[in-house]
Amino acid sequence: MSNPLSDNVFLTQLDAAANWARKNSLWPMPFATACCGIELMATASSRFDLARFGAEVMRFSPRQCDLMIVAGRVVMKMLPVLQRIWLQMPEPKWCISMGACACTGGVFDTYAVVQGVDRFIPVDLYVPGCPPRPEQLIAALIEMQKIVQTTGTVTGREFRDRTRATGPVPLELDEIRRSREATFVDQLEIFQPPKIGAN
Amino acid sequence: MLDLAAIAIRFQGSTSEFRSNRRLIVPAERLLETLKAMKSEFGFDMLVDITAVDYLEYEGATDRFGVVYCLLNTGSGERVIVKTHVNDPDPSLPSVYELWWGADWMEREVYDMFGIRFPGHPDLRRILMPDEFTAYPLRKDYPLKGRGERHNFPVITRAES
Repeated sequence: MSNPLSDNVFLTQLDAAANWARKNSLWPMPFATACCGIELMATASSRFDLARFGAEVMRFSPRQCDLMIVAGRVVMKMLPVLQRIWLQMPEPKWCISMGACACTGGVFDTYAVVQGVDRFIPVDLYVPGCPPRPEQLIAALIEMQKIVQTTGTVTGREFRDRTRATGPVPLELDEIRRSREATFVDQLEIFQPPKIGAN
Repeated sequence: MLDLAAIAIRFQGSTSEFRSNRRLIVPAERLLETLKAMKSEFGFDMLVDITAVDYLEYEGATDRFGVVYCLLNTGSGERVIVKTHVNDPDPSLPSVYELWWGADWMEREVYDMFGIRFPGHPDLRRILMPDEFTAYPLRKDYPLKGRGERHNFPVITRAES
């Protein structure tokens, strides 16, 4: 009984304790729009078992989630939905862009498909593949746990400095040039989307 | 089997056939009359599909758009394709919504993709593309990668979300 507290008291930093709790209980928001969603479901089910990493609680309400997994291609009509869901998720939150289509548009280089969600929402991790195997998603989740553990803070102040978009410029010069080059186009008509939160 | 040649003479059209697909090509101003007769006189009670073709820069084409109506006689199982042509500016055709209510979404789709209007349609607005979209994507003069619509959204950064 010389030092009765030594086995019962554990000293750490508040940030590290919060990160440890958060990284082992990531609640994914499955934004599954295509075949990557099937792999996401396979990852969550018993054979691959995302529960081993504490991330099995797929919530379909963004208010209860802290990890968005964009699985599949996102079209023009879906992008405002994606952005609204992202804004509805409470801090701290992270985003995994899963598969070739979510990262770059993949083979769907057409007028309606967004060429990578990172142009419009912040993305922390990219998972390549078409679609990625569940192992790849699990590897990404483990990587995400490392990111949370090493960069996270209890108040989420690490996000405060990230004021610049990390993705490519949405409307590249190449895109504008291409639309001007198209025959029969007199003037560039650009689609004006409704502002987020307008109604 | 329906005598298409007689119908073609009656409506100043022509016929053609490809791999047992029988086609009746009529002028646009006789289209509604033709379709009414096809439904009430010849028993083509089902409209399978309405679609369109853009013949811009197509070799030998004289008209800009072809509009195709696929009809089915559910009694005899016979199928006939009725086709007509419309041109710029303001390509339009009378709506067949009153004949087949199923034409509602089909005409909206043709309007959305090709910009062909259907006067008489009860609710002619875009069905696939967003309402704010200004172009007609399946026209041949529309670039495959669009005119920048897909990239014109607000960017959300980490600090403001």
